[in-house]
Amino acid sequence: MTIATTRATHDRLEPDAAGYLALYRQMLIIRRCEEQLVRLYQAGLVHGACHTYIGEEAVATGVCAHLTQDDAVFSTHRGHGHALAKGVTPRELIAELLGRVTGCSRGRGGSMHLFAPEVGMMGTSGIVGPCILQAAGAGYTFKLLGKPQVGVAFFGDGAVNNGAFHEGLNMASIWKLPAVFVCENNLYATEIAFSYAAGNPSVAARAEAYGIPGVCVDGNDVLAVYAAAGEAIHRAREGDGPTLIECRTYRTRPHSEGMRDAGYRTQEEIEAWKARDPITQFSAKLLADNPAGDAAIARIEAEVKAMMDDAVEFAKNSPFPDPATATDHIFSNHA
Amino acid sequence: MRELTYTAATREALAEEMARDATIFVVGEGIGPRGGNFATTVGLYEQYGPMRLRDTPISERGFVGLCCGAAMTGARPVVDFMFLDFILDAVGELFNQVAKVQYMSNGRLKMPLVLRGCIGIGNSAATHHSGSYYPIFAHIPGFRVAVPSTPYDAKGLFKAAIRSDDPVLFLEHRSLLATKGHVPEQEYVLPFGQAAVVRSGKDLTVVAIASMVRKTLNAAEQLAGDGISVEVIDPRTIAPLDMETILQSLHKTGRLLIVDETFAPCGIGAEIAAQAMDRAFDDLDAPVKRLNGAHTPTPYSPPLEAAVVPNAESIAQAMRDLLAE
Repeated sequence: MTIATTRATHDRLEPDAAGYLALYRQMLIIRRCEEQLVRLYQAGLVHGACHTYIGEEAVATGVCAHLTQDDAVFSTHRGHGHALAKGVTPRELIAELLGRVTGCSRGRGGSMHLFAPEVGMMGTSGIVGPCILQAAGAGYTFKLLGKPQVGVAFFGDGAVNNGAFHEGLNMASIWKLPAVFVCENNLYATEIAFSYAAGNPSVAARAEAYGIPGVCVDGNDVLAVYAAAGEAIHRAREGDGPTLIECRTYRTRPHSEGMRDAGYRTQEEIEAWKARDPITQFSAKLLADNPAGDAAIARIEAEVKAMMDDAVEFAKNSPFPDPATATDHIFSNHA
Repeated sequence: MRELTYTAATREALAEEMARDATIFVVGEGIGPRGGNFATTVGLYEQYGPMRLRDTPISERGFVGLCCGAAMTGARPVVDFMFLDFILDAVGELFNQVAKVQYMSNGRLKMPLVLRGCIGIGNSAATHHSGSYYPIFAHIPGFRVAVPSTPYDAKGLFKAAIRSDDPVLFLEHRSLLATKGHVPEQEYVLPFGQAAVVRSGKDLTVVAIASMVRKTLNAAEQLAGDGISVEVIDPRTIAPLDMETILQSLHKTGRLLIVDETFAPCGIGAEIAAQAMDRAFDDLDAPVKRLNGAHTPTPYSPPLEAAVVPNAESIAQAMRDLLAE
């Protein structure tokens, strides 16, 4: 099954009707795919870590709706949603976590190392911070070669206290690079609260220190993310330089599957954020705006369910990589 | 026969490559209008401007990570560290990202990145401007490491480094930068992984690296007066390492000494010795010996500094000791 990712033409701040449904569909693909990965993890089929994006779908969806496959996305350990929103198929993502040769990284990466340069998913990393620098570097290439593309980094609140954030935003600023820095502030770096780890509770406010625009949006509101990202990406493409976007959001599952999820946050807090679920909120808006939305939503639900059934089946039936290839591709001239 | 200094040779290589490939850009501190602390980029800023000769803030980790992203997306960056010691601020980006991108993407991304810098002990530069550290990089899968010792090798290997789709450390010993040698006017590129036999002999094989090549040749000349015939091999690149040339020489001489300014423990000499014993045990007439710089931070005061680096006398002594085994 191939997926024709819907990228409607639209205003950069407000999607058209088809764009609304495309946003809903993309968020649902991420959610349902993550739910499958949770089940597969619990069934023992995911061999390593599994960092889900459940609760944060609006961020990747709202940003990537503005990107083409020629734009470059760099991401972090919680990158499933970014990969899917950038065009990696659920087949390739699930197969990767199952360690299969059909995975997007051909079984070399798992949850934290997703590579699909064919669609501009330039890599996720188990180290927080480098994606910020690499997105700036992609911006450097695009500026050097006179291309209209942008580099986008997705990272968490943990990364903003890493030196890469400081060095990357400063260089992107002084060289006016076409880059967008998207911070998913989900309040915790694993179990360390951002309120503890940062002297200033605002990430967006840091932009001023680098002389670039910084905006803070509700990261559970896909339209808010969409508008902020649309403006930032437009600025970048126009040669006006980088933007920092802080998206306040929340992961409703543990840091990684199989980990405890207590002692650092309360059940009440989790429930309060679940009540602000980005997909539920957006479907309510779709229905309120469009009385005929029910049918469209039902159609998308059915399509995405079939897509996931197919993807899981595909991944489970895919072969593992040949052990004889374990040292291939260390260098460019290697098999 | 045209002669150029080592630095002029690499500068000519860089200029030639930048002229033929518009995706090449250089980053570093003072490599723009200043032309580089070691004159590595003199004249290029005037020709190519700031996008291709990019002066940076003192953000080694930052600009290495930036160049990683640039290399992944179609540019060919050259990082000029000035002193290689400064690369240590960027080791996380290098080991965890730069070295691994090609492998983790299953060969779908390339990493055409040159990392150049001045290495080595001398001029009372003291411990933050004297490091070499190349064995550490040779230890990591994914890097290529060049340590040329002549202007001719420097130019040919620098062009190969720029054209490579792999990350290359190109390391220039401070004592070599002003040395002159023959560099032909016609274009040439030298392959990585091909050692040079810089002096032929039959009694003893000495592998010497970077600045140790000249010192070893001086020592070999001393021993020649006593009728001792020393073969000297310059690996030129230590990753890949041309063990075949070393083993061929060992087969002839039966004795092997490795002379290297960097630390002995877990070093490149240990690797060469281990491979020699593994692959050519029957050729050995004596234990493989190493002569290294002292395993210490680098001191400032001239007599202290001189005490931590092999010189022609200590190399000659090490040769005689090995012949007496």
